Amino acid sequence: MQFWIIQGLNSLSLGALLFLLASGFSLIFGLMRLANLTHGAFFMLGTYFGATALRQWSGLNIWVTALGAGIAVAALGGLFERLVLTRLKTNPLGQVLVTLGMSFIISDACLMLWGGDSIPVPTPQSLQAPTRIFGFVFPTYRLVLVACAIVVAIALYFLLERTRLGAMIRAGVDDRQMARAVGIPVSNLFTLVFCLGAGIAGAGGVLGGPILSAYPGLDADMLPLALIVVILGGIGSLLGAFVGSFIIGFIYTFGTALFPELAYIILFLPMIVVIAFRPQGLFGRVGA
Amino acid sequence: MKWIGAALLAAACLLPPLLAGDFYINLASQILIAAIFALSLNLLVGFGGMTSLGHASYLGVAAYLSALLTSRYGWGHGAAAVISIAGTTAMAAAFGVIALRATGLGFLMITLALSQVLWGLAYRMSDVTNGDNGIAGLTRPMPFGISLDSAASFYWFALAVAALAFAMMAIFVSSSFGSSLQGVRDQPRRMAALGFNPWMIRWITFIYAGFWGGVSGLMYVYYNKYIHPTALSTTSSAEALLGVIAGGSGTLGGPVAGAALVLLLKNYASAYVERWNMVLGLVFLFIVLVMPSGIVPGFGRLLAAWRRRWR
Repeated sequence: MQFWIIQGLNSLSLGALLFLLASGFSLIFGLMRLANLTHGAFFMLGTYFGATALRQWSGLNIWVTALGAGIAVAALGGLFERLVLTRLKTNPLGQVLVTLGMSFIISDACLMLWGGDSIPVPTPQSLQAPTRIFGFVFPTYRLVLVACAIVVAIALYFLLERTRLGAMIRAGVDDRQMARAVGIPVSNLFTLVFCLGAGIAGAGGVLGGPILSAYPGLDADMLPLALIVVILGGIGSLLGAFVGSFIIGFIYTFGTALFPELAYIILFLPMIVVIAFRPQGLFGRVGA
Repeated sequence: MKWIGAALLAAACLLPPLLAGDFYINLASQILIAAIFALSLNLLVGFGGMTSLGHASYLGVAAYLSALLTSRYGWGHGAAAVISIAGTTAMAAAFGVIALRATGLGFLMITLALSQVLWGLAYRMSDVTNGDNGIAGLTRPMPFGISLDSAASFYWFALAVAALAFAMMAIFVSSSFGSSLQGVRDQPRRMAALGFNPWMIRWITFIYAGFWGGVSGLMYVYYNKYIHPTALSTTSSAEALLGVIAGGSGTLGGPVAGAALVLLLKNYASAYVERWNMVLGLVFLFIVLVMPSGIVPGFGRLLAAWRRRWR
């Protein structure tokens, strides 16, 4: 019983991390029609920033660190969007290739700066003590992480559905040219959404640090999971990213625990089933 | 003019073993192998409008199958080659069914995800693939009893295979099927209205590209006598895609020139800097921003302008 509960919690916390990665990816794809392959590298960059900061100043709060790293990665993403991606507006394939090139540059720069050994990130002191619920022992940090993903999901939902900015973003997603025609500054929105997505990924990287630790290749491990989440949930759908993240979190965690060698093949199956019957993904819209 | 070009090209292919040392002959063999790989990817990217970021799957799987069959199960090279290519082609057929549910960026993401899954398998199923250690101590085949162990003999072998691959792919794209493929690339709905089946045309092309990707994988493992999961990595797919795009997608000469460029750059760069991935990323940015249509079309335009001027 303890095994199932602990693995269940691990699944939830992996799902939470995947959501922090996939929601930004999905948001960027929905608005900009851009498969941002740098997203895994943004996540890894966040983890390295967090690892460095938390080891340097031992009293530092992990939430402050996540916020700071998120802002730093968001700024970097914004710069990349403004300087490079806007030049390729008419060339979607070129945009994808450039994000791929950028991911190589970032991951190699991380290898150069932080070396090849993995850097563990300490779990915050206040969250180290395990929590007892119904007689079962849970690692507190993982519970907090899941709560954090839910808070981000709700915040994103309110941003998109209940604010003026969200209305403009949705208008841009539905019909970019029409949105432009009625005076919505679509290219500024692009930058903003790209920064937001990169920032969430960077902050998610810090929060994932205590579980995953920072190591070269983290980006290559996380990006395919995020891709599968987004393909499964439906590209551009927040709800799809949320549900997909937890589905993949469960499948991957239980797959690795029960059939360690086949975990990667098991990941395939939900993707194949969904693509076969609903090519637009669980919550995707046709033509979106 | 065309004939002079062809003669120059033939001379360039025949020269390395006669003039250069082993290092350059081996480099030329590697270029030929990379050229087969890039040409097969170009069928998808250039002629089919399907940008795949997972083409290393076919190279890697064919190479792994051949390596496993010959080293672990003691098969002969002939039978192992047939099974590897057949297996890779069958895998391409299955992957095609999945990936072609989507087009455009969805297609790209699915191919990337599929190839990453294979890469992960190659790393983690260490009792089959030997994981991060790779499979070493492989041998080269001996077609008709001729040993391919010297640099020059392998070069001739690679040249023959590359010439065959080039000819077969040239015939493929210039056939009526190739025309319908390009029609589907540009105007899928019109082609469907004309009674063509765009999905079937794309799928057949996908399988054909997988087949030649598998051939390049065999050549790759024969050349290196070693196989490691990096052959399946995104970097490997991305190098080929960069070759196609840098050379000029949708042309026949482009991928060959692009693959040669990427390979030379990789060799040259790794002699001076450790960071090939960084260089690869920067070259990606440079090519896409500065010459998005590639070297060969760019050069063609230059040549046409030059001709107009002197007429």
